[in-house]
Amino acid sequence: MIRLEPRGQQSKLMAWVSPLLAALLMLASGAILFLALGRDPVEGLYTLLILPVQDLYGISELSVKAAPILLCAVGLAVVFRAKIWNIGAEGQLLMGALGGGYVALKLIDAQGFWVLPAVLFGGIMSGMLWAMLAAWLKTAFNANEILTTIMLNYIALNLLIYAVHGPLKDPDGYNFPESAIFSYDATLPILIEGTRTHIGMAFALFGVVVVWVLLSRSFLGFQIKVLGLDQSAARLAGFREKHLVWISLGISGAFAGLAGVSEVAGPIGQLVPQISPGYGYAAIIVAFLGRLHPVGILLATLLMALIYMGGELAQINLGLPVALTGLFQGMLLFYLLACDVLINYRIRFGRSLPLTTTQGER
Amino acid sequence: MSNQIPRLRLSGITKTYPGCIANDGVSLSLEAGEIHALLGENGAGKSTLMKIIYGVIKPDKGELFWDGVPIEISSPAEARRNGIGMVFQHFSLFETLSITENIALALGDEAGDLDRLASRIKEVSQHYGMALNPDRDVHTLSVGERQRVEIVRCLIQPISLLILDEPTSVLTPQEVDALFVTLRQLANDGCTILFISHKLNEVKALCHNATILREGRVTGNCDPQIESTTRIAGMMVGEDTPLSTEYPKVQGAEIALEISDLNLRSDEPFGTNLKHLNLQVRSGEILGIAGVAGNGQEEFLAALSGETPLNQAKIIQFNGNDISRFRPDQRRRLGVGFVPEERLGRGAIPEMSLTENALLTGYDMPLKTAGMINFSACRSFARKIVSSFKVRCSGIESEAQSLSGGNLQKFIIGREVLQSPKLLIAAHPTWGVDVGAATAIHKSLIELRNQGAAILVISEDIDELFLICDRLGAICHGQLSPFKPTLETDISEIGRWMAGDFATEVA
Amino acid sequence: MDIDLVTNILYAMVRTGTPLLLVALGEMVCEKSGVLNLGQEGMMLMGAVAGFVAALLSGSLVIGFLLAIVAGVLMSALFAILALGLTANQVATGLALTIFGTGLSAFIGADYVGHPIDGLEPILIPLLFEIPIIGRMLFAQDLMVYLSFVIFIAIYAFFRWSRPGLIVKAVGENPDAANAIGLPVLKTRFLAILFGGAMAGLAGGYLSLAYTPLWAENMSAGRGWIALALVVFASWKTERVLLGAWLFGLASILHLVIQGLGYRVSPNLLAMLPYVATIVVLVILSSNSARSKLVAPVSLGKPFHVSK
Repeated sequence: MIRLEPRGQQSKLMAWVSPLLAALLMLASGAILFLALGRDPVEGLYTLLILPVQDLYGISELSVKAAPILLCAVGLAVVFRAKIWNIGAEGQLLMGALGGGYVALKLIDAQGFWVLPAVLFGGIMSGMLWAMLAAWLKTAFNANEILTTIMLNYIALNLLIYAVHGPLKDPDGYNFPESAIFSYDATLPILIEGTRTHIGMAFALFGVVVVWVLLSRSFLGFQIKVLGLDQSAARLAGFREKHLVWISLGISGAFAGLAGVSEVAGPIGQLVPQISPGYGYAAIIVAFLGRLHPVGILLATLLMALIYMGGELAQINLGLPVALTGLFQGMLLFYLLACDVLINYRIRFGRSLPLTTTQGER
Repeated sequence: MSNQIPRLRLSGITKTYPGCIANDGVSLSLEAGEIHALLGENGAGKSTLMKIIYGVIKPDKGELFWDGVPIEISSPAEARRNGIGMVFQHFSLFETLSITENIALALGDEAGDLDRLASRIKEVSQHYGMALNPDRDVHTLSVGERQRVEIVRCLIQPISLLILDEPTSVLTPQEVDALFVTLRQLANDGCTILFISHKLNEVKALCHNATILREGRVTGNCDPQIESTTRIAGMMVGEDTPLSTEYPKVQGAEIALEISDLNLRSDEPFGTNLKHLNLQVRSGEILGIAGVAGNGQEEFLAALSGETPLNQAKIIQFNGNDISRFRPDQRRRLGVGFVPEERLGRGAIPEMSLTENALLTGYDMPLKTAGMINFSACRSFARKIVSSFKVRCSGIESEAQSLSGGNLQKFIIGREVLQSPKLLIAAHPTWGVDVGAATAIHKSLIELRNQGAAILVISEDIDELFLICDRLGAICHGQLSPFKPTLETDISEIGRWMAGDFATEVA
Repeated sequence: MDIDLVTNILYAMVRTGTPLLLVALGEMVCEKSGVLNLGQEGMMLMGAVAGFVAALLSGSLVIGFLLAIVAGVLMSALFAILALGLTANQVATGLALTIFGTGLSAFIGADYVGHPIDGLEPILIPLLFEIPIIGRMLFAQDLMVYLSFVIFIAIYAFFRWSRPGLIVKAVGENPDAANAIGLPVLKTRFLAILFGGAMAGLAGGYLSLAYTPLWAENMSAGRGWIALALVVFASWKTERVLLGAWLFGLASILHLVIQGLGYRVSPNLLAMLPYVATIVVLVILSSNSARSKLVAPVSLGKPFHVSK
């Protein structure tokens, strides 16, 4: 008989083993899936994991995919620590793209070093304000943030589609739903010549450091963690709950907004209806997989970006639907949640019981 | 009686949890019509043992005999089929449902037609002198009434063993007397009663027989009417534990905390509104407020701590400052400390280390500079708490949830006391902790008082309040009784105040 | 506004509200037992794709609907194993279910996008459907709409009069007490989750087999999430779920109404209406915190672990 037995204390080791286990289980399931679809599992996993990053070009493409995911996920690490369920990184990313794109289009004829910062600022602010909308709804009206942020995602997407069909449509664009292409000065510089690796990846790595300092060293981060672990303790300790909600959602939205504007001012170069293949949702998985820790998130981001690239290659090389990516993402999160049981429980076979000292009942 | 086959006999019951043996070879025998006490302090394994009898928990080892026949009770439903009923310490009632619905749920399919059940409830409750209106929703009932529902729920079916887990801890002294009348009547009708308690005087007043548990083992068996209190207490806590001390009562100095006409509407669904509260706590005295849970204590504490903001001025004044509109951190900065009721949760974050829990309220010691945490200061503060309050733990990096209740409570009290508060507000400071820790906590409160701090203690434990407080009062239905020096009042007067009868005896 | 327009609006309102009603009723039962399953969207999508593929391959709508239900139940069982069996966080598990369902449904349905099938036909109930204004709304719908009426009445009666209904409520309010008096907490919650899955699957099937008889990626378009808001809107009361679902149905077809009345507004802006309406409703319903605490199942979303 297999039983779960409470450990009493959380296992620090298992907290980090569990994501690895989950990734392995995902790959094992992937191999079985390839087999079931009549493909060679070795070739399938090779296409998914190795093929995308076997040359410099591949690695640079990985960074292009990783930058927006990493930005969204480090932001989510902050709100999720406060147990505020911001499911709206996708919408905040889209609003960042739309807001930043709006500035870029207004400045399309402007020149100078200040243009790009203005565009980025527009993006960051748009993402932040979009997230703070949810903070306002939560603090002023007690509206559940899961539902409001999801709804704001749908609204943001429709706003973007409306914008590229209407007010921000390129007048010389043959009626395609796209904006004009941004000017050179409003575009992110390339970091490595001959690739698409742009400065957004540097922003993301900087974000990792900032969030690490915030969560591990600052009193603000401590307050955010306390709020997430026990609201009533935070209240009794005199931490200002509403402020913390505003701040943590604002931080998360700002990062997602930066991710969005970095996409349109980076690899895309203009506003289009399809800006994100679900980066904001993938970031949720990444945040959990990385244990809400900036370094863990960095590693999880690389895996997630790889799955995105692998999914595209699997479509080209193996003729599988690109939706493979979403399937793997879902499996990954499921396995993670299942493996996480090992943090609080150990698995026992049979009815053996350890005998130790007597303690209080509580 | 002794020749009879006992109604229930336990033999060698053992139950182990990771890190703790709750019951270790416990044997016990109960006769028909007997009121049997199961005595022991918190954590002795009483609750585990009766949950085993009631089929909630399975023992690892040992046997149960019902009327001499070995049985295995695998669920509460099976226990009830055998005629075993149980009244839990934390009531197992559903607030949004009516009394009839609550009882119907526990009875299972035998509940039958709800109207007929309702009239049965009325009948049974009247027979045993516990009037109840079966149509009322549980959330409208007082704690005492809820306990009656629990008891009536057991009596609706034929019953031969009734287990009560610390039934008096939620009652006023007068309600306790009424409960004892009911229990004696039941025992006379032939029902066996297993009465779980840690209060010696009650056991002596009610029970025919007592079994004493300590650290999961039976340490004695006696007739409490005959055996001396000291002997029984020795069996409960071990011979080497010093028993309760007396503390000298004092008069306070100048007024530290003054509350003038505090009115507050609760926004909790089943909360209590506070009405015209007036109160003064002086420096160098301990003021105690007795009361049955749910009479406004939580709301009052939240108003005192600043968790519930007040929007009027001059309601709460502290050392000449009007702190009515202050947030908890602002009040803390003026020298107010808090010990909340829930130690895991409000008082300490279960998943955080003791170091981090020291920072939780000690941040203005200061344990931070320019927004950054000073970890070495946090660690040395945590170490100081652990050493000066003898907190037993495996180090300051262990999680709060790994500590036993008594040790965690010592840590929380220590964290507040070492910040040298001018006013300490403590809710149920020794609730659920062992005698050793309780004594240590009481001593530290007295010491803090002697250093000139004002202390306000809210507790459900009258004995504790009489032990440590210099002045006493009670709260009932969100209203405060008058306050009297402890030496000029007695248990029966405080008991009447707890029941809402605020008339004072002419001294 | 002429009578024909009103009649048509009411007809479309009920038709559009039906998938919302089905999924919201299922989620309400689940939440009453104390379980918050945010995976509605994922279960609906799986129901939609499974139902569509099954109906296309078998040529039978009945088999299609059955498979839709089975898919929803299987998905919810996955949730139940994680959230009940392994006491995983319900919010995270529900999200995982939605992400997984979105991915898997897109994967399965990739080859079937754009295939047309013959959807469910309306059945006119003789005489009754000729009643002015409400005749078409209530008596000229397809079988699934009528079934949604039946399920609605059954759930209403379940909570109003039945003992199992009382048990579900008790388990949702205080699982520890329920366990102490011997009610089967985990079994009750497990069944409630499966019921929620069946209803979400059925709702998904309704989308791909009746409402718009085809499969498209993400075709539930947030209805699973709106249903979650609807349960809050309805304060966990069956009759208010019906009202809410129909009102949201109305919000979703408002663009048709506005266009029907001859106004020209961007369809992309009008498409936001149901989502904006959801937020507005949440704001109105949640702002009185005392009230919302009173109506929500007390233990909603909190895991329960039996110590034996």
